[in-house]
Amino acid sequence: MTTERKTLTHKLSADNLTLIRGERCLFEGLSFALESGGLLILEGRNGCGKTSLMRAIAGMLSLETGEVHWDDVPVEKQRQTFHGSLVWLAHRTGLKGDLTLVENLGFERSLRAVSNREPEEIYERLGISRLKKLILRSLSAGQQRRVALARMLLADVPLWMMDEPFTNLDREGRALVMELVEEHLAVGGMCVMAAHQDVEINAPTTRVTIK
Amino acid sequence: MNDQQREIPGILTGLVAMTKRDLLLAWKRPGDVLNPLFFFAMVCTLFPLAVGPSAEQLEFSGPGVLWVAALLATLLSLNSLFITDFEDGSLDQLLVSPQPLPVLVLGKTLAHWMTSGLPLVFVSPILAITYRMPLSVVGVMMLTLALGTISLSLLGSIGAALTVGLHRGTALLSLLILPLAMPIMILGANAVSLAAHNDIYTTGIWALGAYAIGSLSLAPYATAAALRISNE
Repeated sequence: MTTERKTLTHKLSADNLTLIRGERCLFEGLSFALESGGLLILEGRNGCGKTSLMRAIAGMLSLETGEVHWDDVPVEKQRQTFHGSLVWLAHRTGLKGDLTLVENLGFERSLRAVSNREPEEIYERLGISRLKKLILRSLSAGQQRRVALARMLLADVPLWMMDEPFTNLDREGRALVMELVEEHLAVGGMCVMAAHQDVEINAPTTRVTIK
Repeated sequence: MNDQQREIPGILTGLVAMTKRDLLLAWKRPGDVLNPLFFFAMVCTLFPLAVGPSAEQLEFSGPGVLWVAALLATLLSLNSLFITDFEDGSLDQLLVSPQPLPVLVLGKTLAHWMTSGLPLVFVSPILAITYRMPLSVVGVMMLTLALGTISLSLLGSIGAALTVGLHRGTALLSLLILPLAMPIMILGANAVSLAAHNDIYTTGIWALGAYAIGSLSLAPYATAAALRISNE
């Protein structure tokens, strides 16, 4: 399966992106390109627009200038294909506090393509298999974060978009995230990550700094 | 990541899953469902106490009171349609999912109707009988309420989507929706009164049906567009 996955390559590129929010220009003339197996790290101070850039890439914010391309086709022209190729780990987990882990992830399965990995195996890996019967509200922030990571692992998509993936995670959890990203990149996936902390991931890395 | 393996689940799967998730959430938080229902029952029971319990008074005002109460109860429940999804970030997840947004919105609205409109329809006969409504008219009233609340849920979802990013957008939501909701109430209450007077009432039912079909086919698109705008 690993060799099979390597055959299909994708490309995410952006050209001359400018985003203005209210009176402020968050970034101007930003460009990058990312190919299968690559990692893109967005850096910058708090409030510099990392999350806004992510939302712009995902097509949720309209850009002043520039275009984001997926496989050399503008994202707006193929929103469904693009959204079918990505999974997004946002700052807020996007999980329902009143539902259990299984109910939450069960709903996610009907939204996008599902990988053929066993869910049990994924829960085990993330250390959340004991929490299956509990409603998410009763879990700690770090545990909820792990459930959100399970959503990424359950999806069979090439592009992972991670906004501050290390928030609320313990040291072990941070190492696990880096390990998971590394594995994902090794089989030809790609990852856009906004991060403060030092990221130690062994993969071709592009860094974009927002001033 | 092989394209033959990767298959986005079908539209119907998304629609059913969305409806099921919202119904499950409503089941786990029954307070949100019962609130509008209590409001509906309370207005309908308090009204005769205020205007007097004479028989012809009740028969005369029954359809109108029931319909006004149903309209207000639905408006009350609409505010929470997208707000929790907005706050916990699941709205963002819906926006970046490959499922068409109008379909997901339709699923949510359907669940909203099943938990707000449909209970009103089933409770209304009990209240109608206290207004001395004959049984044959009760059937007509249930039918108008069923058709009317479908339209109200769908039209209301547009307003709820537009006001989702605002704090305390309830008043604005009501203002946005009322002009669209007014004809539904007028048609519904009128059809019931006509039925009570043994007059021809089917025109009103047809008009309500047309309203429901119109909003069923147009509202999800408007709501999806509104969600994208207010989530920018």
